[in-house]
Parts: sequence; structure tokens; C-alpha cells
Amino acid sequence: MKIGVHNVTKRFGAFAALAGVDVEIGSGELIALLGPSGSGKTTLLRIIAGLDWPDEGDIYFDDVNALSRSVGARNVGFVFQHYALFRHMTVFENVAFGLRVRPRKQRLDEGDIRARVMRLLDLVQLGWLADRYPSQLSGGQRQRIALARALAIDPRVLLLDEPFGALDAKVRKELRRWLRNLHEDIHVTSVFVTHDQEEALELADRVVVMDNGRIEQIGTPQEVYERPATAFVHEFIGESIVLPITVADGVAHYGGVPTGLDHQGVASGAGRLFVRPYDMAVVPASGAPFVGQVTRIHGLGAARRIEVALRSDDGAVVEIDVPRSGELAPGQAVGLQPRMYRIFAAAR
Amino acid sequence: MSVAVSALLARRPARSRPARSESAVVRWLIIAAAMAFLTVFLVLPLFTVFAEAFSRGVWPYLAALTDPDALAAIRLTLVVAALSVAVNLVFGVIAAWAITRFEFPGKSLLTTLIDLPFSVSPVISGLVFVLLFGAQGYFGGFFQSHDIAIIFALPGIVLATLFVTFPFVARELIPLMQEQGIQEEEAAISLGASGLATFFRVTLPNVRWALLYGVLLCNARAMGEFGAVSVVSGHVRGETNTMPLHIEILYNEYHFMAAFAVASLLALLALVTLVAKTVLERRVGEDQ
Repeated sequence: MKIGVHNVTKRFGAFAALAGVDVEIGSGELIALLGPSGSGKTTLLRIIAGLDWPDEGDIYFDDVNALSRSVGARNVGFVFQHYALFRHMTVFENVAFGLRVRPRKQRLDEGDIRARVMRLLDLVQLGWLADRYPSQLSGGQRQRIALARALAIDPRVLLLDEPFGALDAKVRKELRRWLRNLHEDIHVTSVFVTHDQEEALELADRVVVMDNGRIEQIGTPQEVYERPATAFVHEFIGESIVLPITVADGVAHYGGVPTGLDHQGVASGAGRLFVRPYDMAVVPASGAPFVGQVTRIHGLGAARRIEVALRSDDGAVVEIDVPRSGELAPGQAVGLQPRMYRIFAAAR
Repeated sequence: MSVAVSALLARRPARSRPARSESAVVRWLIIAAAMAFLTVFLVLPLFTVFAEAFSRGVWPYLAALTDPDALAAIRLTLVVAALSVAVNLVFGVIAAWAITRFEFPGKSLLTTLIDLPFSVSPVISGLVFVLLFGAQGYFGGFFQSHDIAIIFALPGIVLATLFVTFPFVARELIPLMQEQGIQEEEAAISLGASGLATFFRVTLPNVRWALLYGVLLCNARAMGEFGAVSVVSGHVRGETNTMPLHIEILYNEYHFMAAFAVASLLALLALVTLVAKTVLERRVGEDQ
């Protein structure tokens, strides 16, 4: 099922949690809502689910306005950040809940419920835990039970709020891969919220990057990483070297000195230059856009990380990745030349 | 690390004193003082109640309990307690629900007011209802003209008891429901449960032990309440006397044995409550 989010606005008092958000989610897609805390991503998820209501705007499920329906009638599977398993029910009863509370006419008989629940528990590979209580499970197991419970009602949309937020790193990675496979199997339109860029980039078909209640960029993981639409996206996703510059005469100036770097269409005035650490090359100092002194070299493995104190008034120190073979020593004067970079106008 | 520690422990002289500053004498003095205090103020009175109640043997004891006035008092106490527990159960849940689930103006005032009955003298709790419903009270005339007796009758006793025991259920539920949050309820409605189904299948089971705990304390207080009930009861023997009032009357008339016989029932209730409370406290802990 497709989901359409049209110009959705939500205020909590004077605070605008969402300010005119538009997203189109295709049928069967796995979408990540990515952003820092307070960016409005969870609010958007809850509005799609029907747990919150927007002040303005509309939510469409296919061609039906979902706002005319309550949560229960929307048929969404919602997985809560802290799982929200029913603590006084066994794992089996947790998963069966959505089937048992159906109106009498639509209710399956006990045998069908049992078969369905066991099939779901097998799907999440936890059939052997059916008689346990949530408090007896590990975090990763609870997460999977919460997912099985959400899937029990045959949801048209699966919504997950920080699905791996409360898990330790190793379990998180395993579950991530597992969820990706599961999505490929059942192919239900899914939206998950995360503040972890790695998670979003690895898992999602498309990523919606949010900040301050607005959408900064929507794109595939590759697009948002390689072609960030805004300064925020560049800084939030992946590592960035950020330097304050001034655009004048079609060229970026750093510390009052022209760098020879193109202004990329940014109007004259204050701007910011973004470079990935591995896109900064070490070159001879003379004639380089940036010059500085190596202060520290560290790192094992394929690349080495060096810290360079730039010769500038603001005393900026940048960290760049260089191949291991480089013959560099602390104290050495070097020039830095960006291979790829982006320039954005300074924040409004 | 643990190996090193156990090695250290092993080397320690077997009869070394634990790392406390008090000597054995001081320690025993403190324990003895605590025990003596408990004995004088708790064990001795409790023992006296039963000793006096059975001072003339079992038959007089039973006779005192089966006296028509005593039976009426017991019956009235049970009725009053049942009614107040039932009403407080419903309104306690509603108040806790309102306070923990909604934002509304006056919420903090309501939260504070719930405790009022605990901080007010029971005599005043009784007088309030006399002022409201007594012959000279604000609503007294209305009820009198409709021939409905409130003060010096069962409704007055129930009202006073309700007032005194209101906080027990709500106070047990509010912190627990606050801590548990609303996520399980949200999960339930997202799975298609109606509001009512969510309440009975999720909310209520989650607070059942705390609720039972509140009911237990509410019941103990409802059966034992003296001050507030004394003001509104009118002390009509066999009609508006609850057990505590009946005990006082017996005592004032020098029927010590009978007074203590009835009192022994209340003491027994206290003991049962105590045991149930201990068991429930463990269960409430599990809910958190």
C-alpha cells in the first residue's frame, strides 16, 4: 500500500514538531526517517499510525484519507521503541492479542489463532519462548516478539519507532540484517524511525532526512550520502570537514585568501565548505587552497588519519584520511587540496 | 580479580570482627531497645486484647459476639466497608486514570486534594457531612422534605467512611500508572482493541496487585474508622453502631470482656491485613 503525507503540520504549544511535511511512500518500500532527536521523525511516524493527529495536512493510505479512521481501523503494525509488550501476558498471548480483540464476527477460532501465532513465532524464530513472559526475555527477543505481535494483524503498513535503539551493538547488527531479509520476504510497506545514520543507510530503500520538523532530503542511501542536498545533510550523514569560507568574485576565499575553489553557484557572502575526510589530498604547500602543519598521525589499517592545524586565524584543525604509504611526519608543513567538495551558503 | 579477592578473604583471620564501629555491647543494647519498644507498644496491646477477650473462656466470648447488638454492629460494618470499597475502587481508578492519562487545568490541585482526607482530623471529616446534610445543613432541608435520612443513618456513615478512605486506591495506582506509561495501551489500540477492551485486558491487569493492595488498606480503614463515623452515626444501638462504636459503648458501660471480644475481631482483621499486605507488596514490586 502507498502512503501519502501531504503538508503535515503539528505543533506542541509554540513548538512546531512538524512544519509542512510532504512524503510519498511507494507500496512495499522500506523507508527510514532519519534525523537528530527533536527533528519530528517520531511525531511523523505516530501521525501516520494514528496515535497522534496533525494540526494541518492529510495522510493518505492508497487513495483513502487515513485521518478519517482511528488507529484501530487503520490496520497498521506499530513496533514501539521500548517494545511495549503486555507484561502480564505470555509471549503467545502477546502475539495473539490482535487476533483476540477482533469483533466477534471476524474472530478466528482458537485453533486458527494458535496456528497463526505459532507460525509468526516461527517466523521470528522464537517459537520455543511461547510460554515465557516478556520480563524473561532479552532485549533482542522482546524486539522480535513485538514485531511478531504487530504482524499478527496482517498490517497494511509496518511502522517501527527506533526499532534497535535499546539494543547493544552486536544484537543490533544481527537484527538489522534479519529485518531486511524479513522485509524482502513479506514485502509490507514499512517505515522506521532512527537517529542512527548507519542503520538508515544500510537498511532502507530510501531515506527521509529530517531536521527541525522539516524534510531536508529524500533519496536512496547513496543519493543522500553522495549528493547531500543541504549543509545539514552533509554534516549529519557521514563525516565531514567543515570550513567557513567567503564567496567573492565566483571563488571561495578562506581566511581572506582566494582558494581557487569554484563557488558552485552560491551567492557572494558567507558560506561553508564541506569535504569528506578521504576527499582531501595532501599536496605540496605552495599554491594549495589550504596550508597547515601536521600535528598528529594515528590509525591502523588501510588508511591513516592525520590531524592538520590550518594556518588561519580561527586555528581550525582538520582530520583527513590518507593512504598508509604516505611519508608524513608531525610538524611537517603540508598543503590540502579537496578532490570533491560542496559549498553551501552559511545558515540563514 | 576475583581470584585475588578470594585469596585475600582466605588469608583473613577467621574470627575477625566485621568492619563496624559498634562494639557487641552497643549492638545488643540497640537491638534490645528496639525489641522492648515493639513489645510494649505493639505485642503487649495485641496480646492484651485477646487475653481480655478470652478472660472468661470461649463461651462467654462467643456469647459476646453473638449478642444481637454486636451482630448488628458487625453487619453494619461489613455493609459500610463493602459499599465504601466498591465506590472507592471505581472512583479511585477513574481519578488515577484522569491524573495519569490526561493534561487538564487543576490537575496538580486535584493530585494534592486526593491526600486531604489523610491530613484532616477524622472528626472534621464527620462534621463536614453534618454541615452538608444535617437538619441545619445546606442540603439537609431538601433531603428531610423528601424523607431521606442521611445523618444518623447508613448513608451518612458510608459518606464519612468514603471520605476518609478515598486516598487509598488512587494513591496506590497513580505512581504505578505514571511509571508504566501509556505505551502498552497504545499498542493495544493499534492492534485494534477498543477502549473498553484495552482497559480490561491491559490497563487493569497491569495494576491488579496495586489495586488489590489499595482495596485492602481501604477496607481495613473502612472497618476500623471511629472518629468520622462517630460524628455522623448517632450511636443508635443495633442500628447505626459500627464495630468500633459498639466497642466504645461496651467499654463505657464497663463490659470490658465483651468490648475486647469485639475488639479481637478488629485485631484479627489487622493481622490478616498485615499478612496480605506483605504478600501483595511483593506482587506490586513485580509489576514495576
